[in-house]
Amino acid sequence: MGEFGGLACVTRLIKFTHKYGAPKRFYLLAGKLVPWFAALTALLMVTGLYLGLYWAPPDYQQGDAYRIMFVHVPNAWMSMMAYMAMAIFAASGYIWNVRLADMLAKATAPLGASFTLTALVTGSLWGKPMWGAWWVWDARLTSELILFFLYVGYMALQASIDDPRRAAHASAILAIVGVVNIPIIHYSVYWWHTLHQPASLTLTNQPKIYATMLIPLIVMSMAFMFFYLTMLCVRVRSEILLREQHTDWVRKLIRTRR
Amino acid sequence: MNSKGLFSVRALSCARGDKTLFAGLSFQLNAGEALHVRGPNGLGKTTLLRALCGLSRPTRGDIRWRGERVSDLAEEFTAEVAYVGHLNGIQGELTVLENLQTAARIFVRRKDSAADVETALARVGLTTSADRPARHLSQGQKRRLALARLLVLRRPFWILDEPFTALDAASVEGLSSIIGEHMSTGGLALIVSHQAFELPGIRDFELARFCKARR
Amino acid sequence: MKGGLFHAMRAVFMRELLVFWRRSTEVMTALVFFVIVTTLFPLAVGPERHELMLIAPGVLWVAALLATTLSLNHLFASDYQDGSLEQLLMSPYPLSALVLAKIAAHWVLTGLPLALLSPLLAIQMALPTKAMGTLVGSLLLGTPILSLIGAIPAALTLGVRGGGVLVSLLVLPLYTPVLIFGAEAVAASAGQGFASVAHLSLLGAFLALALSFAPWASSAALRVSLD
Repeated sequence: MGEFGGLACVTRLIKFTHKYGAPKRFYLLAGKLVPWFAALTALLMVTGLYLGLYWAPPDYQQGDAYRIMFVHVPNAWMSMMAYMAMAIFAASGYIWNVRLADMLAKATAPLGASFTLTALVTGSLWGKPMWGAWWVWDARLTSELILFFLYVGYMALQASIDDPRRAAHASAILAIVGVVNIPIIHYSVYWWHTLHQPASLTLTNQPKIYATMLIPLIVMSMAFMFFYLTMLCVRVRSEILLREQHTDWVRKLIRTRR
Repeated sequence: MNSKGLFSVRALSCARGDKTLFAGLSFQLNAGEALHVRGPNGLGKTTLLRALCGLSRPTRGDIRWRGERVSDLAEEFTAEVAYVGHLNGIQGELTVLENLQTAARIFVRRKDSAADVETALARVGLTTSADRPARHLSQGQKRRLALARLLVLRRPFWILDEPFTALDAASVEGLSSIIGEHMSTGGLALIVSHQAFELPGIRDFELARFCKARR
Repeated sequence: MKGGLFHAMRAVFMRELLVFWRRSTEVMTALVFFVIVTTLFPLAVGPERHELMLIAPGVLWVAALLATTLSLNHLFASDYQDGSLEQLLMSPYPLSALVLAKIAAHWVLTGLPLALLSPLLAIQMALPTKAMGTLVGSLLLGTPILSLIGAIPAALTLGVRGGGVLVSLLVLPLYTPVLIFGAEAVAASAGQGFASVAHLSLLGAFLALALSFAPWASSAALRVSLD
């Protein structure tokens, strides 16, 4: 995010949040943003895949198999970022009682879980040609697995509580506890891994990153980021319609759409 | 037990899930006064009472005790409120006497003093059951035990949700006189009850005034 | 006021013990589970002492962890149902202090017996005698952490359908660091790795962290559940 310094920026952000914090306004704003985000996602994804699958040269050690990294790594990054975003949204909704923040958190969870799952599956697929095993207890994969459980737990808690407000606040506490624990879990898993597998079956020994690999990686990361933003807007819009169904503007919308 | 305190509520609004139950609710309560909150089932009377004691977070509004916001006072306010809800809040495995004795230790600050437990039991007519495990009591007896706790805790502000449930006519009269005494010594009370009871000086408060059919 | 707080906490603590003592059925659940799970492993893996010795630290720790998870449901559930939990929120004393007293009672009734019973089960798993001290030590440090951290999901899932299984799911990621270092401490002292003092100190650090964070988080969770 860079350094945000300056009261002006923060004030503008607060004003923006106030203006678009109302579900109705955000619904309309998100509706306008979706096509742009979707277009950017498609563009970046196509470019990134071309660069990654054709343009970048084969690796000296791993041949062509390393190319799965262009999907694995961005998804791993996004899975972490989505959890942070989810925790921030959820905490804001809990502390300041902002319903839109609750909805953003709820919408982020399944997206984050999918990123984590993709990272796990691609990690597993990467491991097979390399080491002949479908699953290796690599430090990063193990952390991803635990992160996956954190996501599933969050979604399960939300799903099992009927009252939307209680569900949102309960899962906010869970998300905050999760965020605090993530560095501890990472450290513990990394330490555990180095202790038990010195002759490592590890994917963290990535091929040396050359510029030719960095560019597709960045493009793919941005593609997945915009994918997240697109899907977030789409999901939040449905969540808004669901939770605001008692209001006049939603009823009017449904009537005119029919 | 003097409470010169003023309990005031302004523009209170509560929601259950995403539906607003009531909005713009305001009233004031002074020492020696009692309010009887009335309304049909499902309107939000229990939610209102829970929001007033601090168990529930209202969506909007200002609740003040002795002129200061309840959210700022936190434990200072909780120390002066006694809440008896739908659940009795008694531990089945402990005897009647033990329930009140632990309540005196957990809920009364060192600087305040708890009333005598045996006197409280006598007042609600549970002296003979003092050593029985609470789970062996009848519904009416359990309710009376929950109310005995009110006497032990000696808090100025009583918030009672259906206190007369499962009580027989004699006990209803007994409880009414207890509340009457509490008011005459300067206490405040907020009561929700479907059952008829006699309490001189109690004001009626219609919750329906603050509910709308649709948002 | 400080004296009052301690007395209130002690009253909560003693009340928990008294209630637990009289509610005879729940007393043994965690312990029995611990014994059963540890007994099943030699049956499944075979009586070869060398094999058992290798997996002993892990098995003992996982069994202790699962037993604690099972007992978490009893922490708040019955108080929630009879309304005494609600009343606890109306106490003039800070809720986090009272919750800490409850968790302490829970540990004394589940974690402490597990830690003390573990040497007997360790003999079953062919754990070398030199590792017994570390086993008990790691469990004495680790089980309070499990009770403290576990209180949070227990508080979040009050009155929720499928609460029991849900708590296990929620608590699993949070327990991982404690499990890793706890089991490793025992393995190290059984002669498979580094010295165990470092692991135990780290567990101690986790305990300090949990003590400062968990009571506060569980009281926030309780307020949400009782909203």
